[in-house]
Amino acid sequence: MITVNNKVYESYDSKRNLAEWLREELYLTGTKIGCGIGVCGSCTILVEGEAKRSCLLKLENVEGKSITTIEGLSAADGTLHPLQQAFVDAGAIQCGFCTPGMVLSALALLLKNHHPTRREIRQALQGNICRCTGYQQIVDAVERAAKIMYPRTITNDTK
Amino acid sequence: MSKAFRNDAIAKVTGRAKYTDDYSMPQMLHAAPLHAEVASARLEEIDFSQALKQEGVVTVITAKDIPGNIKFGQIIPDYPTLVQNRIRTTGDVLALVVAKTRAQAIAALPYIKVHWQDLPPVFDPEEAMKQATALINPEHGSNICNYHRIRTGDIQKGEEEADLVIAETFSTSRVEHAYLEPEAALAHLRPDGVMEVIGSMQHPFSTRRFVASTLGFELKDVEVKSVPMGGGFGGKDDTAALVCARAALCAYLTKQPVKLTYSRELSMRESYKRHPYKMQYRMGVKQNGKITFVKVRMVADSGAYCSVTPWVTWRSTVQCCGCYEVPNVHADIYGVYTNNIFTGAFRGFGSPQVNWAIEQLVEIAAEKLGMSELEFRRQNMVKQGSITITKQKLDTHKVSLQEVMDQVLTQIDYEKKKKQCSYGDPEQDRWYGIGFAISYRGMSLGAEGADFNSAIINVQADGSVLLETGVHENGQGSESAMILIAAEELGLEVDRIRYRMPSTSNIPDGGSTVASRGTLLGGGATTNAARILKQIIAEALKEEYSLTADRFARGCIYAQDGQKICTWDEAIKLCYAKQIYPYAFGVFQTPRVSWDEETGHGNAYFTWVYGCQAVELEVDRKSGKITLLNMVAAHDVGKAINPAMIKGQFYGGMAMGAGYGLWEEFPLKEGAAVVTNYHQYRVMRATDLPEMTALIVEHPDPTSPSQAKGVGEPALEITAPAIANAIYRATGIRFVDQPIKIKEKGA
Repeated sequence: MITVNNKVYESYDSKRNLAEWLREELYLTGTKIGCGIGVCGSCTILVEGEAKRSCLLKLENVEGKSITTIEGLSAADGTLHPLQQAFVDAGAIQCGFCTPGMVLSALALLLKNHHPTRREIRQALQGNICRCTGYQQIVDAVERAAKIMYPRTITNDTK
Repeated sequence: MSKAFRNDAIAKVTGRAKYTDDYSMPQMLHAAPLHAEVASARLEEIDFSQALKQEGVVTVITAKDIPGNIKFGQIIPDYPTLVQNRIRTTGDVLALVVAKTRAQAIAALPYIKVHWQDLPPVFDPEEAMKQATALINPEHGSNICNYHRIRTGDIQKGEEEADLVIAETFSTSRVEHAYLEPEAALAHLRPDGVMEVIGSMQHPFSTRRFVASTLGFELKDVEVKSVPMGGGFGGKDDTAALVCARAALCAYLTKQPVKLTYSRELSMRESYKRHPYKMQYRMGVKQNGKITFVKVRMVADSGAYCSVTPWVTWRSTVQCCGCYEVPNVHADIYGVYTNNIFTGAFRGFGSPQVNWAIEQLVEIAAEKLGMSELEFRRQNMVKQGSITITKQKLDTHKVSLQEVMDQVLTQIDYEKKKKQCSYGDPEQDRWYGIGFAISYRGMSLGAEGADFNSAIINVQADGSVLLETGVHENGQGSESAMILIAAEELGLEVDRIRYRMPSTSNIPDGGSTVASRGTLLGGGATTNAARILKQIIAEALKEEYSLTADRFARGCIYAQDGQKICTWDEAIKLCYAKQIYPYAFGVFQTPRVSWDEETGHGNAYFTWVYGCQAVELEVDRKSGKITLLNMVAAHDVGKAINPAMIKGQFYGGMAMGAGYGLWEEFPLKEGAAVVTNYHQYRVMRATDLPEMTALIVEHPDPTSPSQAKGVGEPALEITAPAIANAIYRATGIRFVDQPIKIKEKGA
């Protein structure tokens, strides 16, 4: 049993490559394949909230686990996740091929670290290549999302 | 916090945007290419009988099956879609396996037996240029693919007047585009006989020509449609078009839809790279800092095929002296065939190489004269009304070179920080350096070719607007820029305008979306179309209200005295009622340019842009590790249409340019790729880069209808020399070979 974006799947070839299965069987083509050897980050998904490279996994590796792909991020009514909205607003998107993986790597960071520094954001995104943006506005977007997702209370605010 | 505008952002951030490989069709087959194992050979036989017996295999296609032209090319038709008899590079494709699944197609490749006879390869361009060397493309009659020259002033006089002559040889490497989405194409023969193709390519019209030539079709019988593309940077022209042509060939022969998606390994193996250059410079200067002459010989490695080498090397020719006034110039520039992987268009297009050389050369000269590199540049740089080395007068636009340079140097506090540089001080463990570089860049294609673009604005009966242009969305945000330009001209909100999925069958060929020409050309056409449309609407209003429409703003139309005539929607309704179509076709034809091949004189480009970038860095004395600390860029963009996306170009250009300077290279062994994937090809990652500052400078350009100019390439072309200059101030060592290999020099 594998759960993908809250939907349960029970029949599959457990030796199948996860990225290919998501794309070709589930038609979740937001998961991109840029290198196929786990170094570009385009195929990043969340497995139990942890960022993983789906091109390196077989379905047996995620047996019993819950997976989130980029398609599972926005609300049912289409409202963007605050992190997605921040990517849009900060101008963090150009060709968009790295965007799904980049968003999910950033989300994995924010789930653990609600107030990352820019350096910590860069470290969390180190495994995701973007050839267009120079990462500057992607880091801006993650910073912006953190402020919206986890607003600091007045007593906590050190500023 | 301000918000960026992109029409495709939501589709991309939700994963809904569909790139080529994300599409599939009923009964779709998959193809896989078989590449040559050696760089130079006579192809004798391809035996694919065993491959045909493999599971799922439908057919194997070779050059014999091509109904149209086997060879094609943008300038010289020397590239075989499939090799017929002569293998010229390891990027050559010999056969295509078509199977039910992609895995089956790939699995059958080793079952094709290829017989060939080795021919002596040539990998060194200097060797290839020798008379005695066998010809790589005998039809061309020479291994010199092309030659450009400049003869300005009197080089002898320049030599005599010089108080000091600096001679230096610079080199640059072969560089991979490394766009994140590998090439892909999906083709199917429609019931009406049209071959329809979608693909990851940045020139739908060039793709259409490749497909039509391969199939022997007329252009009207091939329709290429655009879908989101995962990066191009100049790299998705020839190879991407060939992948489309091969998919179309398979679809034509099997009568089923065929998808051909490249893996990263296939992409790196076959796709063209940035030209490696060898540049031998001599520069003469007077004691007072004035440049008296530049003599330069450049050799660019074109690899096995021509691609756009004559155009790339032409830009290097025009800009061979950088952004400086030089009275006496003698330049010889060669593009040369070898058996290496071929080279072609790559962001910068011949300028990153010359800027690498010239922006270091001027600093070497200044230092030898005991003059500051700022003062040396100020003295020699082009100014308003300057005459360039090709005898073009820069007086049709604002020459803002000094201004962009001053902005960057003030922002980064250059003069103060320069005093802190280490120059290889043995007492320090971490060496600090700061450096900068400046450039001018001719906009768009210049005298390379016909330069025009068109736009269609088609207003629907409800007042909503469909817009399309001959510009292609490469990921840079061109569609958004066109929407913003139309919205401002028509006085509408951006959500009233939809950019229509372009098709080569619907709008005239507007050339490739390259050369930093998207916003300039497409924006010009959009502006002109919007102005025609406003005249059409004004005529309808004049008839109805006897008022002259003067201003389109906030969804309304106003008369000269400021009186509101009616709303936009009312005006459109009126047009339809009067049977006047609110439909406009606008063209932007660039001002005339000129070029004389004999002298290298002419008005090479109709307008120019100016830029400056500065870098601060640290070098670890023991390990040689370079840490970028700060990067600042200023570029004159004419008019800023979409500031967030312009900044994105600045940042992305600096990142790519920094990679070029520091470590990007694509070595070949016996002509074959050593690098197969990203694990061996290091591109800039988020942790490699410092925080960057983008300073947008605006001087609306009177020669551009939208007043905007381009920035895609300017943003990349000076980062590497700025880094080299900073590394010199950190280590005291000049690195004339790109990329910088600090350990080999023994810093």
